[in-house]
Amino acid sequence: MRDFPDWIRFPVADRVDHAMRWVLNNLGWFFDWVGDVGLGILISVERALLFVPWWVAVIGVGVLAWRVMGSKRSGIAMAVLLFMVGAFGYWTHAMNTLSVVIVAVAFSITLGIPLGILMAWNNTVRNLLTPILDAMQTMPSFVYLIPALMLFGLGRVPATFATVIYAIPPVIRLTNVGIREVPSAVIEASTAFGAGRWNLLFDVQLPLARPSIMVGVNQTTMMALAMVVIGSMIGNRGLGMEVLLAINRVNIGQGFEAGISIVFLAIIIDRVTTAFAKAKKVEASTGEDTETEEIEEEAEEEGSPKASA
Amino acid sequence: MSNQSESIGGAQAAPPSAADSGIAVRAHGIWKVFGRNPERVLEPKYRDLPKKELQRRTGCVVALRDVNLEVKAGELFVLMGLSGSGKSTMIRTLLRLVEPTSGTLHVDGKDVGAMSHKELLEFRRNLVSMVFQSYGLLPHYTVLENAAYGLRLRGDEKGEREARAIEALKMVGLAGWESYYPTSLSGGMQQRVGLARALAKNPDILLMDEPFSGLDPLIRRQMQDELVDIQEDIGKTIIFVTHDLPEALKLGDRIAIMRDGQVIQVAEPEEILSNPFDEYVRAFTRDASPARVFTASTVMEEPEMLLYRWQGPLTARTEMEHNKREWSFVVDRKRVYLGVATRDVIERLAKEKRTTVEKDDLQYLEPVKPDVIIEDLFGLVSSGSYPLPVTDDQGRLLGVVRPRAILNALSTEEDDA
Ligand SMILES: Nc1ncnc2c1ncn2[C@@H]1O[C@H](COP(=O)(O)OP(=O)(O)OP(=O)(O)O)[C@@H](O)[C@H]1O
Ligand SMILES: [Mg+2]
Repeated sequence: MRDFPDWIRFPVADRVDHAMRWVLNNLGWFFDWVGDVGLGILISVERALLFVPWWVAVIGVGVLAWRVMGSKRSGIAMAVLLFMVGAFGYWTHAMNTLSVVIVAVAFSITLGIPLGILMAWNNTVRNLLTPILDAMQTMPSFVYLIPALMLFGLGRVPATFATVIYAIPPVIRLTNVGIREVPSAVIEASTAFGAGRWNLLFDVQLPLARPSIMVGVNQTTMMALAMVVIGSMIGNRGLGMEVLLAINRVNIGQGFEAGISIVFLAIIIDRVTTAFAKAKKVEASTGEDTETEEIEEEAEEEGSPKASA
Repeated sequence: MSNQSESIGGAQAAPPSAADSGIAVRAHGIWKVFGRNPERVLEPKYRDLPKKELQRRTGCVVALRDVNLEVKAGELFVLMGLSGSGKSTMIRTLLRLVEPTSGTLHVDGKDVGAMSHKELLEFRRNLVSMVFQSYGLLPHYTVLENAAYGLRLRGDEKGEREARAIEALKMVGLAGWESYYPTSLSGGMQQRVGLARALAKNPDILLMDEPFSGLDPLIRRQMQDELVDIQEDIGKTIIFVTHDLPEALKLGDRIAIMRDGQVIQVAEPEEILSNPFDEYVRAFTRDASPARVFTASTVMEEPEMLLYRWQGPLTARTEMEHNKREWSFVVDRKRVYLGVATRDVIERLAKEKRTTVEKDDLQYLEPVKPDVIIEDLFGLVSSGSYPLPVTDDQGRLLGVVRPRAILNALSTEEDDA
C-alpha cells in the first residue's frame, strides 16, 4: 500500500524521445549545417589561439591584467598562472578549451543581451522567460549533453551548444535587472526631452546597465568554463578530456595537473573580467553627492559673501 | 486621451478653439484617474464622489478632477497645493508623460492629445522643456553633454549644439564646469545643469516641477533670483510647481491653487492673500503677513566669518585680526554649530597655550531652525548682540539672521502689497 501504484504512469520520456526523433528526421539538414559552420568557427578560433607564440600569450595576459587590475603584481601573477599551464604540458589542450569558451561566451552574449533587453521592456516576455531560466539553472548540467549529442553527434560542436545553454542565463538575467534598475527619474527626464525607445536604450538604459551586464558576462564566462569540462563527456578534447582520462586510469598526479590547469584558467578569466566590470562601474556610477560639502562648494564656486567679508 | 469621454469631461463649456494668440497653454476638462478601468470613474454615479470615497469604492485614485487652466504667453504661472494635490500629474500631462483620462490640452495652439507618437516626439523635442525636482541628469554624460542632450535628440549638429549648451551653462552660472560629471557637482549645481539643459533648447514653454525643493535654503533663494532674471531676459512662459507659499508669492505672476486634484483658485499673488477663495486657501495664506510667511531660511545670510574647531587659538586670533572682528561662530568639520568665540576667549586660550578651541570655552547662543517664521525671530534677534545662527536637523550651520535682513524683508513686502 505504501508504494506508488504501478497503474498510474505518465510516460513523458517516450514523448520527449518522439519529439526529438521528429526534429532529427525533419530538421536534420539544418543541424548539420549549423554543426558545420560551428565547427569551422571553433577550429579557426583554436588555430588563431595556437598561432600566437606561447610567450607572447603569457606576456600579453600579464600586460592586460596589469592594465585592467591596476597593479603590477596581479599582472605578473596572472602571467605566471598561464605559464604554469604550459609547464604542466597542457598548452594545446588549454587553447582548445579556451576556444570553446570564447565561442560559447560570444554566442551567449549576442543572444543573451537582446533577450535581456526584451525581458526588461516587456513584462509578458519576462514572466515567460523567468521560469525557463530558473529551470535551466537548476537542471544538472550534464542533462544538456543529451540533446546536444542527439542534434550534433560527438565532438566540440555539441559541447559548445550545451555550454551556451548552460551558461546563458546570467547574462540574460543581469541585462534585464540592469535595465530595470535604471532610475525612473532619468528615464522620465529623457522622455520629456523627446527620447524615443531606441534613444532611451542606447543613450540611457544600456550605458547605465553596463556594470550589471558586465557582472552577467563574468558569470556566464565562469559557467562556460565549468561546462566545457563536462562537455568532454561527449567528445570535446581539451583539459576536461585529460581530467576524464586521468580518472579512468586512476592517475591522481595527471588528474591533479589537468584539474589545476583548469583552475588557473578560471582564475585568470575571472580576475580580468571582474576587474574590467569594476573599472566600468566606477565610471558609470550614480553615487550620491555628499550633502555636507554642498554649502562650502557653493560658496567657493560662487565667491559668495563669505569670501568677500 | 480618449475623445468619447471628452464629452463627459467638458460638458459645461464649449471646447476652446485651437489657436488663441496670447494663450500658451490651455487645459480643458482634464481628468486623470489612476487604477483599473479608469474611465468608469467619469460616469455620473462616481464622478462627484470625494477622492477618498471613490478610492474605497473603485480602488481608483483621482489625481486630476476636471481641471481647466489658461496660461498666458510670457507668464510665470505657479501651481501650488499640498502634497498629493495633483500638481506633478498636471504638469506631466502637458507633455503626455502622463496620459490624461479625459479632456483636451492645447499647448502653443496644438492639440497635444491628438498627436501621433511621432508628432509627440517632435513636440517634446522642440517646443517645451521640463526641469525636474530629482534633476534626471545622465550620470555617464558630462555637464556639457547633459546640457546638449535635448539638442542632440532634436538633431542639431555637434558644433552648434555645443555652442548653445555652453551658452546655456553660462546663463546658469556654470561656465567652466563643462567637462565634469554630474556626480562631482553639488545638488544646486546639478539642478542648474537641469535648467541649462532645458534652456539650451530655447523652448517657448518651460515646465518646472518643484525644481528647487531639494536645495539648501540659501542656494534655493539664489536660484529663485536667477530664475526671475532669466525670465525677465528671455520672456519665456514658465509653469512652476511648488508647495511653498513664499516661493509662489515671490515668483508667480499668477498662482493656481490645487486641492485634491481640482484647481480651486487662480489669481495674482496679492489677490490670493487678500481675497482667499475658501477656507483651504485661507489656511494656506492665513499667516501670510510677511512676518508670518517668511522664515529664517528666507532671510538668512552667510556668516561673515567662521572659525573651525581644530584651528588653534593663534590661527583664530590672526584670522579675527585679519577680518577686524571681535567674535566669530565656531563650527566643526561637518559644519555643525558649536558656539560663539569672542576675542577675549581666544586671547585667554592663546595665553594658556591651548591648541584647539573646545565647546566648553565657547558662549552658546541658542540656534534656530530654518522654518521658524520671522515674527518669532524678532525677540531673539533684538535681545542679543550677535546675529542668530540657523541650523538644520543635524545641527549644521546653514546661515545667520541679522536684524537688518528681517527689516528688509518686511519693508520690501509691504511696499509691494
Ligand atoms: N503613477 C501613479 N499611480 C497611482 N497613483 C498616482 C500615480 N502618480 C500619482 N498618483 C496619485 O495622484 C495624486 C496626485 O499626485 P501628484 O504626484 O500629482 O501630487 P503632487 O501635488 O505633485 O504632490 P507632491 O507635492 O507630493 O509632489 C496622489 O494621490 C498620488 O497618490
Ligand atoms: Mg509632485
